[in-house]
Amino acid sequence: MDCKEFLQRLSEAAGPSGYERAIRELVAEEFRRYAHEVQMHKMGSVIALRRGEGQEPRRRIMLAGHMDEVALMVSKIEDGFLHVAQVGGIDPRILPGQEVIVHGRRELPGIIGARPPHVLAAEDRDKVIPLHELLVDVALPPDQVEQWVRVGDLVTFRRPFIPLQKDWVAGKSFDDRVGVVVVGECLSNLAERWKHNWDVYGVATCQEEVTFLGAITTTYGIRPDIGIAIDVTFGAMGDSGDGDTFQMGGGPAIGFGPNVHPKIYEMLVETAKKLEIPYQVEPLPRGSGTDAWAMQVSREGIPTGVIGVPLRYMHTPVETVCVADIERAGRLLAAFIAGLDESTMEQLTPRLDADV
Amino acid sequence: MTLLKELSEARGVSGREGEIRSILFRHVREHIDEHRVDALGNLIVVRKARVSAATPVPRKVMLAAHMDEVGLMITEITKNGLLRFQPSGGIDPRLLLAKKVLIGDNKVPGVIGVKPIHKLKAEEMNQVLKYEQMAIDIGVTSQSAAEGLTHVGDYATFDTAYEELGPFAKGKAFDDRAGCAVLAEILKADYPFDLYAVFTVQEEVGLRGARVAAYSVAPDCAIALEGTIADDVPKKKDVSPTSQLGGGPVLTVMDRSFIAHPGMLRHAISVAEKHGIPYQFKQPGIGGTDAGAIHLTREGIPSLTIAVPCRYIHSPVALLYLQDFEHTVNLVRETLRTLTLDIIRPES
Repeated sequence: MDCKEFLQRLSEAAGPSGYERAIRELVAEEFRRYAHEVQMHKMGSVIALRRGEGQEPRRRIMLAGHMDEVALMVSKIEDGFLHVAQVGGIDPRILPGQEVIVHGRRELPGIIGARPPHVLAAEDRDKVIPLHELLVDVALPPDQVEQWVRVGDLVTFRRPFIPLQKDWVAGKSFDDRVGVVVVGECLSNLAERWKHNWDVYGVATCQEEVTFLGAITTTYGIRPDIGIAIDVTFGAMGDSGDGDTFQMGGGPAIGFGPNVHPKIYEMLVETAKKLEIPYQVEPLPRGSGTDAWAMQVSREGIPTGVIGVPLRYMHTPVETVCVADIERAGRLLAAFIAGLDESTMEQLTPRLDADV
Repeated sequence: MTLLKELSEARGVSGREGEIRSILFRHVREHIDEHRVDALGNLIVVRKARVSAATPVPRKVMLAAHMDEVGLMITEITKNGLLRFQPSGGIDPRLLLAKKVLIGDNKVPGVIGVKPIHKLKAEEMNQVLKYEQMAIDIGVTSQSAAEGLTHVGDYATFDTAYEELGPFAKGKAFDDRAGCAVLAEILKADYPFDLYAVFTVQEEVGLRGARVAAYSVAPDCAIALEGTIADDVPKKKDVSPTSQLGGGPVLTVMDRSFIAHPGMLRHAISVAEKHGIPYQFKQPGIGGTDAGAIHLTREGIPSLTIAVPCRYIHSPVALLYLQDFEHTVNLVRETLRTLTLDIIRPES
């Protein structure tokens, strides 16, 4: 699979939480090439099944990358200009001068206007422009704006994909279309060169940014024996005091902490070492903020893992990632899955000393 | 509007206007009789008188539109391969976060990053980042890798596609590529005097090009063509919109750089009214144009500014109303065709 090309397609499409339809179609189209079955889940996720070669009933592993993106929503219309509210966490300081798409009764390109310095009072120049003072301009007279746009309509960034140097790329919604690409890359690797006994469910989840709806509901339905979430993590800037961040191009970050089953962490690290895939270790002392948080407590509890791809400028339209890290995460997961067998399950169940 | 598209998407920060100059020369060359480029880079073209007039007319009329746009200049490459920068021309630093730029003649793409919201402290959310606190990321992690691609002193520009949205157009650098495109249109008509069209350099850093061009051309009168501020958006305070989209060409009575010549201003107004061209006055006292430098040249040159209203100038993406552009072309053309020597004489 061409990870960069698939990421570009996913990035340039719009899919805010709850409205992931366009992404769903792109994901289904791509995953179908590596899966035996692809189905749309009733709550909005996409589930691809790649069957293993083990004897039935087979064990199941679920991989989750979320499809939804942070966005804005029309909160008020004033003289043909749109006020907006946030859907997911967006720093209002990045908004002036951005281009957007307003998803009204039809799609309208728009501009988040920035008044020129010439007309600003001195005291206004040194202040952050609050969200309620920012206006989206869709270049239409007020009566037509009222005809096409209503309060509640979604607004997404309009940002064509940006190839940077070598395999670095920037764009919108990499959080977490990058994770979706990793799931696709893993399925593609499995289809091409890895024999695996377990069934693999590759899931593009919906609504992670708001309630984890997609992960909660699909995990319940799939009943996996192992669940792994693939999300983005904070890319390092190389400055001193750059704590809790991960080297760009340094390979996937393998999570460790309460949200991660210690044995799964260990197996992922062993797999990376065996294949000589560069990796980093991400301590997650509390929640992971990923779909794994929801997966772990599904039904009777599920052993989970977390893979993070280092990314700079999270939740902006210039999220930046190194494509090699995506490919490595996909390969790592494929090799990990190829190594799963019945003995894995025994190792995952904690033992009391008395039993030994 | 293929010319405006080409001009808007081309790059030319003050001091580096060569790309714009080439585009304009290619577009106007079939309509002109003479051309030269002066020491600072102004493109001066002449369309000779082609018709005669019944009443005495000026010998030489100069029109000026500036080629330069506001942009950034790389001032430092850090050990981590990030690029520090300073503005060239007036850019509000609050517009820079999470934008794409192109750097240097090789158009190296870069993004202006920002700490993710997840890692911001509450007080940082209310902090306006200064130029020194921002950096461009081109996707390398070492100083040596960055130095192979860019240099200190390279200019960076916004990278914005021109696009027509119904009767509107969006794009970067309409200040003053809109004026340049108007001037290119004006050169297609016939006038009873020699028309000196000057595509000027370095307006954004102090009206530098227009000053020397006006000296060398020594016209009898001049008009600066601009893309000017339209601030016609809902605001907390009830202040002037400066100008409005859809209101037609914008006439300056007085701004920070000059007072328009009353005779020329009256003439432009009467032409607009005679031809039914809508027009509006710019809120006095805001901004300045090449006319500010031109009118002080030699022993003084009667000058006027006519502009296309544009929302969000000096930002990554501006918006104009295409009919305002057409009306501006018409108003300037008809104003020139009927310009007489009487109009630019002092009031008696």
